[in-house]
Amino acid sequence: MIRLRLATLALLSTMTSWAPAAAQDLGITVYSAQHAGLTQKWADAFLEDSGIPVTIRKGSDILMANQILQEGEHSPADVFLTENSPAMTMVDRAGLFAPVNPETLAAVPQEFRPASGNWTGIAARTTIFVYNTDMVGEKDLPKSMLDLAAPEWKGRWGAAPAGADFQAIVSALLQLRGSDETATWLAGLKQNAIAYRGNFEAMRGANVGEVAGSLIYNYYYFGDQAGTGESSDKLKVHYFRNGDPGAFVSISGGGVLKSSHNPEAAQAFLAFITGPEGQAILRDGKTFEYAIGSGIKPNAALPPLDTLGYPKVDPSLLNAQDVVRLMTEAGVM
Amino acid sequence: MNRPLPPLPTAIALPGVKRHRRRGSSPALVAAALVVAGLALIPVGFVLWVLSQSSWETAASLVFRPRVGELVVATLLLQALAVPACIVLSLAFAWLTERTDLPLRWLWRALGVAPLAVPAFVQAYAWDGTFPLLRGLWPAVLVSVLAYFPLVYLPIVTQLRRLDPALEDVAATLGERPAQVFFTVVLPQLRLAICGGGLLIALHLLSEYGLYVLVRYDTLTVAIVNQFQAVYDGPAANLMGVVLFALTLLLLLLDKWSRGNRRYARVGAGVARPAPRFRLGRTWPFWLLVPLVTTALAVGLPLVTVVRWFWIGGSEAWHGAALTSATLQTAFYALLGAASVTLAALPIAWMSARAPGRLQSFIESIHYYTGALPGSIVALALVAITVRFALPLYQTVAAVIAAYALLFLPRAIIAIRSRLGQVPVELQQAAIALGKPPLTAAFIITLRLAAPGIAAGAALVAMGITTELTATLMLSPIGTDTLATEFWARTAEFDHVGAAPFALAMIILSVPLCVILHRQAMGVSGQ
Repeated sequence: MIRLRLATLALLSTMTSWAPAAAQDLGITVYSAQHAGLTQKWADAFLEDSGIPVTIRKGSDILMANQILQEGEHSPADVFLTENSPAMTMVDRAGLFAPVNPETLAAVPQEFRPASGNWTGIAARTTIFVYNTDMVGEKDLPKSMLDLAAPEWKGRWGAAPAGADFQAIVSALLQLRGSDETATWLAGLKQNAIAYRGNFEAMRGANVGEVAGSLIYNYYYFGDQAGTGESSDKLKVHYFRNGDPGAFVSISGGGVLKSSHNPEAAQAFLAFITGPEGQAILRDGKTFEYAIGSGIKPNAALPPLDTLGYPKVDPSLLNAQDVVRLMTEAGVM
Repeated sequence: MNRPLPPLPTAIALPGVKRHRRRGSSPALVAAALVVAGLALIPVGFVLWVLSQSSWETAASLVFRPRVGELVVATLLLQALAVPACIVLSLAFAWLTERTDLPLRWLWRALGVAPLAVPAFVQAYAWDGTFPLLRGLWPAVLVSVLAYFPLVYLPIVTQLRRLDPALEDVAATLGERPAQVFFTVVLPQLRLAICGGGLLIALHLLSEYGLYVLVRYDTLTVAIVNQFQAVYDGPAANLMGVVLFALTLLLLLLDKWSRGNRRYARVGAGVARPAPRFRLGRTWPFWLLVPLVTTALAVGLPLVTVVRWFWIGGSEAWHGAALTSATLQTAFYALLGAASVTLAALPIAWMSARAPGRLQSFIESIHYYTGALPGSIVALALVAITVRFALPLYQTVAAVIAAYALLFLPRAIIAIRSRLGQVPVELQQAAIALGKPPLTAAFIITLRLAAPGIAAGAALVAMGITTELTATLMLSPIGTDTLATEFWARTAEFDHVGAAPFALAMIILSVPLCVILHRQAMGVSGQ
């Protein structure tokens, strides 16, 4: 035990010497639920451009939003990045965001940011239905996401209902069709769907034939295709289009916190990632999300957004709390 | 230790003599235990506080709904199948390695501990990667048993090696057959070991998240974590937390009942004769299958999977700098955490072994309730408290260590208390009678004899810390990357190849901890 404690002391002294705390005075702290690799690339490029160091805390959408809410004005975070907009809305409703610089907002099309201007879209992903071509013919595909609640789909489709991604889709359904229709659809989901841990597992479930198809976000499929393709080689993509809730485009958000100690640097970082250089990093990276800012064309592997017939939804109206309440009532959670 | 003591009967079963045992406690000790328990009350209080914000009707409609029923049944079913399976497998395994002439016993003995070096979520990840269709209750039971059975195998081996065969000889001369001897003489003496290990496994299963998400088996904890990741201060999540408390209470009652109040200790000069080995004869290849198949599944499969990913990635996937930094940071947290948590566990473990009573069992149970909570509730509770009342501590090493203490105190307490319980009180009393001050006697006799148990507790805590995810993500100083957080970040992006070096490093870091546990089980005493 004594030797153990000595070793601890020795390590403690080395640790304090590496502690990155000093960087915080000069640089900024980013709470990021976005892909770790992408956030790191943005941080590295921003440092090179501006000389401002960025420290990253990793997490997931809602858990990090909860953390920021608990931290309140004492939050060490300067910038918050998410994968979906409901977590941004949570922080915004608590009044913890500072308005985003107008020039930054101007770089992002109006439909991809909330009316409040307290945060902005930084990337987008689309909802898709991947199906196993051995198990479903093209003519038997559902016309709408709502058809998946019908009896003929019992036990035949998968999703990851516990994740923020799926809850964003349901929040769009709620916004577009109201709570009665959403509750009915969720009851169908409980009956019919196989629940997976995440989108990737749901996609792989369809690929190995455990289910015929899965409702997921696009980048899981394109990411796997660009890699080994071993989890998606039997799959094809079906887009619902026609403004269907299942054609929902989810906005990843970025915002600057009111409590930031270094608001100028924080605004500069947000401007950088929505600017030409940041969006190009997004386009050329491995995440296969859509670049949406500064007129940058998305990754060539992805079909253009304007061909997908997605429904128009104000991202600031997407409500995570109501969705979870409905999902809890339906016994999905 | 070398002072000659009068020869006493070799094994005595003493009924609980309360007044006698109370002497083991002191006000300072109780105060220390209370302080630690106060810390452990934070998450419990957080859950109840959030709950008090919602009306009784909301609460009732959230608890008494079919989904919660499903989850409770699923959780209990898993416990009822996995815990006995772990015990039976460990008994068979331990009997083969300790009491038979099975070939290569030393190897199997070491491999019986080795699964602990494979973190449960790496274990599940490997199984899920190899058999993507492994789903539901039976796979959940299988992977739970493979990941956790050493927690009961270890104490059984320890106890088996300490038994004095004289007692079995007595039973045999009274005409009992070997099988009868095992069930009437050996098994009752293994009772404390089985109960301690079984409780530890049950608590692990109760709070385990990663494993069950991967095999797609929804337990109460999985549902709580999902709720927590979905809403802010959701009453639904906290209510399920209360249901979790109820299950913990059930486990503790079961443990108390099955532990009984008998105490077995061997007091006497000299060493017990090694027990005779049962000759397996020509059936040995059949018996060899038990350890062979178990270790092939529990160690072989995950190791092969991780090494295969590692191989595919080649040297490019090494992430040298990130790997080195994550390994050092993980080692730092594991060592500091193990030392602090063990220290915090000592007072209550001491009370538990030496001065059991209502206060002790109340304090001890607080730790089990907290330990059964998923990491995300504990971490969020600490965020809420430190931000409001101890801001300078927020996102410091101290806050993470506090979270580790809340999560991992039960394993330290159980490891230490079982070893302390085996140190005869009489030795310390003899030392006091011979003129040593009580505190000195406690240190030089009892703690020294219990040192292997303390080391084992520290090793178990260090293993838990090496693989902890949620609390580390939320509470560590910014810029901290441990092996677990790096592994998680990469697997979340399906970068198996990139995640492999981190998984391998976690396994390698856990090997010395396994060695500590192995040595303690083999009866290397704390001289």
